[in-house]
Amino acid sequence: MAATTAGVRRRKPAALRTIHWTRRFLLYLIVVGGAFLYMYPVLFMLRTSLTKESDLYVLPPIIVPWPPVWENYAVMWANGPTWSWMKNTAIVVGFSVVAETVTSVSVAYGFARTRFAGRDKLFVGVLATMMLPGAVTLIPRWMIFFHLGMIDTLWPLLIPRVFGTAFYIFIMRQFFLTLPRELDDAARIDGASHLQILRKVVIPLSVPAIATIAVFSFMNRWNDFLEPLIYLQRTENLTLALGLRFFVSRFGTEYHLLMAGAMLLIVPMIVAFFLAQKQFIRGIALTGIKG
Amino acid sequence: MASSSLSSKTTGLDRAPARLSHWRAIRKWLSSQEGWVFIFPWVVGFILLDLGPYIFALIISFLNWDVGRPPSYIGLRNYQAAITDPLVGKSLWNTAYYTLFHVPVSTLIAFTVAGLLNQRVKGMPIWRTMYYIPSVTSGVGMALIWIWLFASRGPINGFLGWFGIDGPRWLTSTTWAMPALIIMSFWGVGASMVIFLAGLQGVPQHLYEAAEVDGGGWWAKVRHVTIPMMTPYIFLSLILGVIGSFQVVTQALLMTEGGPDNATLFILLYIWIMGWNAFKMGYAAAISWILFAIIFVATMIQFLGARRWVYYEYQEPG
Repeated sequence: MAATTAGVRRRKPAALRTIHWTRRFLLYLIVVGGAFLYMYPVLFMLRTSLTKESDLYVLPPIIVPWPPVWENYAVMWANGPTWSWMKNTAIVVGFSVVAETVTSVSVAYGFARTRFAGRDKLFVGVLATMMLPGAVTLIPRWMIFFHLGMIDTLWPLLIPRVFGTAFYIFIMRQFFLTLPRELDDAARIDGASHLQILRKVVIPLSVPAIATIAVFSFMNRWNDFLEPLIYLQRTENLTLALGLRFFVSRFGTEYHLLMAGAMLLIVPMIVAFFLAQKQFIRGIALTGIKG
Repeated sequence: MASSSLSSKTTGLDRAPARLSHWRAIRKWLSSQEGWVFIFPWVVGFILLDLGPYIFALIISFLNWDVGRPPSYIGLRNYQAAITDPLVGKSLWNTAYYTLFHVPVSTLIAFTVAGLLNQRVKGMPIWRTMYYIPSVTSGVGMALIWIWLFASRGPINGFLGWFGIDGPRWLTSTTWAMPALIIMSFWGVGASMVIFLAGLQGVPQHLYEAAEVDGGGWWAKVRHVTIPMMTPYIFLSLILGVIGSFQVVTQALLMTEGGPDNATLFILLYIWIMGWNAFKMGYAAAISWILFAIIFVATMIQFLGARRWVYYEYQEPG
């Protein structure tokens, strides 16, 4: 907003130029200051995870612990079946990202690019599952999986993902609607089936949008807490997010270990975000999520 | 082949083409219904995991179903019990308190930050990422960090100490535990921020130029161009924000376990306690329907109110 006025190239009187530069300075100050304010918790966590316990409350506070105390991570790691938590999380997240993405893309294609009786009425169902609170289905779903003998297994965390996720279907459908229809028609004339159109025409044009829902899926499954909480029981069967819950009670006020555990959860997310960042931001801009 | 041509002869020549076209019509109709193949997984999931459970949840809520004993029909008694349960009232109040502060302030912050990030500033990809990362890492990891930040001898109170303020014992204080959770939630605005950012980039430049021609300063542009053009995004953010904040549970469970003295007992946390700790599934289902009704009414009110302030430049086709 301010920058659009500043963009005009013209020689301005000195007083105006001073105002201009003051504005630029303030803008940078706010943007950069805010960025560090937002990163502060993460940076502080990193710092604490590498600090000696005896140095936690030293005044003035140590900003960069040197030498870094990597042992904190070893102690944290050895405090639970961390390998099996990692393995369970990898299974759940890996499977979910693939299943949710593939199904949601296919379903969205059906809603956006094919015609059949009752299509738009069914899409209201997609919107409803997106808008209605999921809390109500928590108990019945648990009972279904209970009667299937799947409590304390990973199945209740995997099976629902096969059916696609309303929010991702919505995002993908909105995106598919923006692709020109002539592309499909041309392919149809060449005798392509819907499946071929989806694979050869639509998907190659939708990489940013698909990356966006894949990142959403990764984030949500990785951070998921409530579902593992109600379905998983034995310590070695937990996911990482749920397993680290016990750190709170076990480590109490040993914040250096608590922060090492938090790092374990956070670093993969940051790495994934960096890798997918370009596609992700573009995807969100393109899908034009609108109410 | 031969037998079919024979049988068509015996059944009469004139009727065969009619039947053939009949079949062709059915096949044509069937192939026009091909889209079902694509949406089939969702339909199955919708019936098994949404529609079915909703109906099932309604039935359960009329039962006295303590796990381990056979369920019995008790009519509306779960609902009566829920309405008079002081902890249901308390947890609804807490949830409303959280929502009332979290949703508007978060939306305002997300909007402001998106506006800032839409400026021409050097190194913008880095700054954007820095604003976004706390949201990416939300959930358990962030909850663990904030336990430390809010510790009575932690960094926040250390910071307040510089100004001679004796900071409260945040998470263990009945007064300050809820504000602590609300403050923490302001670090998770990344998702709405990115949506706003995408929206801002779609505001046509000529509108700003028109405002400039009319002699409008930056505030006039924000007030008369940006905000009206962004109302659909603001609306979406408010709707999803309210739905989400009525179902907050992770932070409370990890950081305060609903305490101290039920000061951070959220309604979904209470449902979880009733269902999975006390094993009163029927009662938990009844409370979840009360929660459903509240969210539904809140969403409807927002939709009705939207006509007054949400501006759509064009009606979306279809």
